[in-house]
Amino acid sequence: MAETKTPFVRFSEVQKTYDGEILVVKDLNLDIEEGEFVTMLGPSGSGKTTCLMMLAGFETPTEGRIMLGSRELNNVPPHKRGIGMVFQNYALFPHMTVAENLAFPLEVRKLSKPDIAAKVQRALDMVELSSFGGRRPGQLSGGQQQRVALARALVFEPDLVLMDEPLGALDKNLREQMQYEIKHIHEKLGMTVVYVTHDQSEALTMSDRIAVFNDGRIQQLATPADLYERPRNAFVAQFIGENNRLLGRVEEDDGRQCTVVVGDVAIRALSVNHGGRGSSTTLSLRPERVTLNPAAGSLPNVFDATVMELIYLGDHIRARVSTCGDEAFIVKVPNAYGHTVPTEGARVTVGWAVEDCRALDA
Amino acid sequence: MAQMTETAGPMITTTDGTPLKLALARATRRSKLRAFLLVAPLLVFIVLTFIVPILDMLTRSVSNTEVQTAIPETAALLAEWDGRDLPPEAVFASMVRELSDGDRRRDVSRMAARLNYEDGGFRSLLNKTQRQAARIKAGPYREAMIAVDKDWGETRTWKIIQLASPTVTMSYYLNAVDLTYDANGAIVQQPEWQRIYVHLFLKTIYVALGVTLACLVLAYPIGYLLATLPPSKGNLLLILVLLPFWTSLLVRTTSWIVLLQTNGVINDTLVWLGVIDTDNRLSMIYNMTGTVIAMTHILMPFMVLPLYSVMKTISPSYLRAARSLGANPLVAFVRVYVPQTVPGIGAGSILVFILAIGYYITPALVGGQDGQLISNFIAYHMQKSLNWGLAAALGAILLAGVMAMYWLYDRLVGVDNMKLG
Ligand SMILES: Nc1ncnc2c1ncn2[C@@H]1O[C@H](COP(=O)(O)OP(=O)(O)OP(=O)(O)O)[C@@H](O)[C@H]1O
Ligand SMILES: [Mg+2]
Repeated sequence: MAETKTPFVRFSEVQKTYDGEILVVKDLNLDIEEGEFVTMLGPSGSGKTTCLMMLAGFETPTEGRIMLGSRELNNVPPHKRGIGMVFQNYALFPHMTVAENLAFPLEVRKLSKPDIAAKVQRALDMVELSSFGGRRPGQLSGGQQQRVALARALVFEPDLVLMDEPLGALDKNLREQMQYEIKHIHEKLGMTVVYVTHDQSEALTMSDRIAVFNDGRIQQLATPADLYERPRNAFVAQFIGENNRLLGRVEEDDGRQCTVVVGDVAIRALSVNHGGRGSSTTLSLRPERVTLNPAAGSLPNVFDATVMELIYLGDHIRARVSTCGDEAFIVKVPNAYGHTVPTEGARVTVGWAVEDCRALDA
Repeated sequence: MAQMTETAGPMITTTDGTPLKLALARATRRSKLRAFLLVAPLLVFIVLTFIVPILDMLTRSVSNTEVQTAIPETAALLAEWDGRDLPPEAVFASMVRELSDGDRRRDVSRMAARLNYEDGGFRSLLNKTQRQAARIKAGPYREAMIAVDKDWGETRTWKIIQLASPTVTMSYYLNAVDLTYDANGAIVQQPEWQRIYVHLFLKTIYVALGVTLACLVLAYPIGYLLATLPPSKGNLLLILVLLPFWTSLLVRTTSWIVLLQTNGVINDTLVWLGVIDTDNRLSMIYNMTGTVIAMTHILMPFMVLPLYSVMKTISPSYLRAARSLGANPLVAFVRVYVPQTVPGIGAGSILVFILAIGYYITPALVGGQDGQLISNFIAYHMQKSLNWGLAAALGAILLAGVMAMYWLYDRLVGVDNMKLG
């Protein structure tokens, strides 16, 4: 698809180093379509903010090019890029009222007074703060400040909005509420959003596509469902959601499926991303895809296990079992009708399908 | 709910019936006493070395007891005199008596000094009369005194004494703003050649404003650099800024003399470069230029530090936000950064202005003739002319000016917003 149409934002072979020694962004290629909600997700220090700052123009790429539409951005100063930005600490101007904050981007664009007033009012309405225009940011709660910051980044109707952990400072409930609000505003206005977070549930809830960052590289760029169900490598599998890891060696491989020897058992798995026969590999397996005491013959992988620990979580029970040489193998047992709950120390069997067990890089 | 309002009566008491307020006061008394004892030494020190001298200065600026002490009876008689013709014989008689009293010699010479501020001839007049008064044994005293000096025959002489008699006077304050009493006790301007203080006050204010402005202009970029540099380099620069703080004032001033004097480094360099020729060397010291340059340098840290401490707290993300919203760097700086530094600008400016307005040592050393400021004249009256009353009045006006500045600042910016470090 990238060949037929130029993407809205394109990072091509971008590298960045701050000190000339360590590359904090390594060979980044990323295409973002118009109107898309793309999230950069990754652990602290993985280079997410750096990428965003390069896009906004506050950092220059050491190598490579960043394109916005057909415009090469490398030499465009930040104020001419027309990109809205929501900062992690909101960066609302403390000496201006909320309305003045919102009017600022319009004033520097030399809009007429009535236009400014109308747009400011509309933006305030959008974030449901109509009566707060006269307040100073210091007189608002964290959530309200967050909305003002959002409104300010949107009031001049940019085509692209960047958000760097905008919800980082909010408590859990407010976070979830704001996630939906941002999502709805995105759907309504249809601008392109590049969102940075290191909270995976936030990324999964909000995004069209997620770019998982680690160590200055994009590990995988995919839709939330793909990312969860079809991780490309061990890092992504580990980073998104809960995951059982079994380290083993590929014994046999037909390109689609393989047999992996883990300790003294052989496990049938899906060949995704391993180095072929003889190479070591990480098997990734979601806890909810493991069945406890499966009916005989229903699954290709069935192994003996001992229940080490049970944690009651209401809707499901987390069982830590010892199997295939792994003492910390997690099984989620649904708390549903007809499921028998094992007792600690019981000897059980665990089983899973080939499709649910992915052989990834070591 | 209803129960709660019932138990919470107007007076809340502890279990044994003492009111809660009283119990609290008793419980905190010890700690209050302790706190007071801790600050007591400083309090005593400040009262003795700061409050008392200021009060003394304020009293001195209106105190006028010299005439009353030296010639109390004459003063009392003069108070009833209508001032049209020469005073009655009784006044002359008591004047002769009191002047000839040997025990009052010192008081009379103090009075002479006091009256001399009003008219330059009084000291010699009184000295002469005092020496000869003892010889006047009998009346008519009027003629006898006029015989000693014909000034005693002038109403004006007596008028001046009469006006100088009350124990409280405004005349020092009047003098300090170039006014005086004329012979009839009306307030008039000093003669042209004696009007110096208003001009001097204005000059002092202009210099202080100029120095404040120069400090602000020079310190602002430095503060900005300090606040934005990474800490390691920032600390080095801060040390450079503070270096003048740590060297003696005298050394700094002297080094300015070395730099700026007619045969100093700057002039030599300019001559060597051919910018000026050797006969037209710039005079940059022992005049106003020297005063302003040296004061700006010396007061600079007082501007840099408050600015730095405010700028340090301003997150760079504000400027980034402004740029991302479409403001070019200049607009972002002026509209977003500068307003947030106002508390620092205010604190630094008021500090520098207050210090500059009372600056003494630098103008004294490098000011020459026209670089002298009001403080130098206060010092002159304290040390040379010994007119402490006038010195006190000048000082009190200066103090009032500083207080007014402070009040104005409080009204405009709010003292609570001031950040000194
Ligand atoms: N101005 C800078 N100078 C030098 N190094 C920097 C600078 N900014 C970031 N780095 C380094 O670059 C790397 C990536 O930083 P970045 O801020 O992009 O991480 P991040 O993914 O946003 O992390 P977080 O989730 O903690 O915000 C880090 O190792 C960081 O130490
Ligand atoms: Mg970051």
